[in-house]
Amino acid sequence: MSSYLAGRVASLILSLLVASIVIFVILEVLPGDPAQFILGMNARPDTLAALRTQLGLDGPAFMRYFGWVLGMLHGDFGLSYTYRVPVSELIVQRIGVSLPLAVYALALTLLIAFPAGLLAAARRNSASDISVMGVTQLGVALPNFWFAIILVWVFAVTLHWFGAGGFPGWDKGFWFGIRALTLPAIALALPQASILARVMRSALLDTLEEDYIRTARAKGLTRAQTLWRHAVRNALIPVLTIIGLQFAFLLAGGIIIENVFTLPGLGRLIFQGITQRDLIVVKSVVMLLVFAVIFVNFLVDLSYLAVDPRLRRR
Amino acid sequence: MAEISIVPIEAPRGTLLSAALRSPSFVTGAIVTAIFVGVALLSFVWTPYDYAALDIPHKLRGLSGEHWFGTDQYGRDVFSQVIVGARTSIAVALIAVGLGVGIGTPLGLWAAAKRDTIFDELIMRANDLVFAFPALLIAILITSVAGPSATNAVIAIGIFNIPVFARLSRAAALSLWARDFILAARVAGKGRARISIEHILPNILNTLVVQITIQFSLGILAEAALAYVGLGAQPPTPSWGKMLADSQTLVGLAPHLAIIPGLCIVFTVLGLNLMGDGLRDIFDPRLQRSRQ
Repeated sequence: MSSYLAGRVASLILSLLVASIVIFVILEVLPGDPAQFILGMNARPDTLAALRTQLGLDGPAFMRYFGWVLGMLHGDFGLSYTYRVPVSELIVQRIGVSLPLAVYALALTLLIAFPAGLLAAARRNSASDISVMGVTQLGVALPNFWFAIILVWVFAVTLHWFGAGGFPGWDKGFWFGIRALTLPAIALALPQASILARVMRSALLDTLEEDYIRTARAKGLTRAQTLWRHAVRNALIPVLTIIGLQFAFLLAGGIIIENVFTLPGLGRLIFQGITQRDLIVVKSVVMLLVFAVIFVNFLVDLSYLAVDPRLRRR
Repeated sequence: MAEISIVPIEAPRGTLLSAALRSPSFVTGAIVTAIFVGVALLSFVWTPYDYAALDIPHKLRGLSGEHWFGTDQYGRDVFSQVIVGARTSIAVALIAVGLGVGIGTPLGLWAAAKRDTIFDELIMRANDLVFAFPALLIAILITSVAGPSATNAVIAIGIFNIPVFARLSRAAALSLWARDFILAARVAGKGRARISIEHILPNILNTLVVQITIQFSLGILAEAALAYVGLGAQPPTPSWGKMLADSQTLVGLAPHLAIIPGLCIVFTVLGLNLMGDGLRDIFDPRLQRSRQ
């Protein structure tokens, strides 16, 4: 168990280190001078130079890299060039939209995928299996942002059940917030649920072929009992891996859906940062999302310990 | 990461075509894919209208005999835009897959040939790292840094195909290295590089082909997403993702502008996925039990 754990922690730290270097280097080569952008095209050279010093843009690259990383370790993400507020403050505001959206979408994904996958595997080749496979085949092919547009057309523009976009803020009341996030969460969840249901089905079908399943049946358990007590738990490893990847995808992939619904989340913050050359915002938010993705994958690796007792003995 | 054992796919040659024609998913998928590739090729020589020609008086028209898929907010013919857009989508996805196969497969074969050496370790750890990144996010970052264009979209999507093919090729190659005919080749004095090219590669082609169809369909989706946020092919070059972005504010007024390019994406991806599923079943009959 300890060698497994040590290996995972080492790879977590290494991944984060490499990720921060990659992001820093990519943004180093981004054309466009933030100081020029803030002051406009007609700024005098000496004002530009002064602002660059003030923004800390003129040190050597590796010093700025260390400054950035050390700052982040203390929770200090620097100051946004355009908003003139600490980036951490912007992140805290925006994460209140992005994180609930990802969690909501993940909950919907699980709620759809688990019963569908179980049903399809338990009644293999039945009409319900065939329809689950057909619908999920379609769901996998669905671009979520297009599905979002269609949802807006049907439920917002035509039926007026939901708003077409925007976010009222949590202080207006919990249910208003949930309502504003419902269409985006459905748009994100359906394609993901399709993938998960298919993984769930094939993982279950694989375990159902194992000898211990035949043993369980032979000692008198019913099909449903075998499925529930023996197959589901053993099918969980591939399923957990996919769920981890999906949560990471929902967090980072929500950025496009946030644009469809003009939700003030991290995704919109990134796009605004890119157009306004607000590099410190882009760098920090991307790093945060990459951190979230890598950390979720790390948690998934740890959860194998709970599911698979064999790993605990290593 | 646990070692995934992938048994290379083998099939008796003579029966391949007849097996393919008996697989309904392969036939459906192949027909759909062929239609889209066909119209994409057709758009090079013929489109009903000039896709960029403005015709404001006839803007936002619905489907008709004159304009099969209607017209957009500038009166441009949607059918012409869609078939030229197919060209963009297919080209971007195809080259991105090419990049993945072209770089990933040699890396994977090399790692397998040098199993358990520092090269193998380095290549596989680098792969794990790329896998850990949120692909779409980094693709957005790359295209916005390098400037939005179809070429940069290809690179941004292609980078994430490299580890997919490296890992697959390595896993498939490793199981072949243990086989007798490889031992025979080694005894005959062939080097590891030559064995990889002459004996391993031909035997993992089927596995690669299945993965190529899957990555191709993912590439179409990724290209559409990048184009949708304005980071793909730039106007006036039409692309399905860009058409969807433009249609969004008009969806109440002219829903066909949103529905048609979206359906094109769905059908192309569906076609490729069905073809991939079918190919896998044909190449590997053992899997059929659990898939059907």
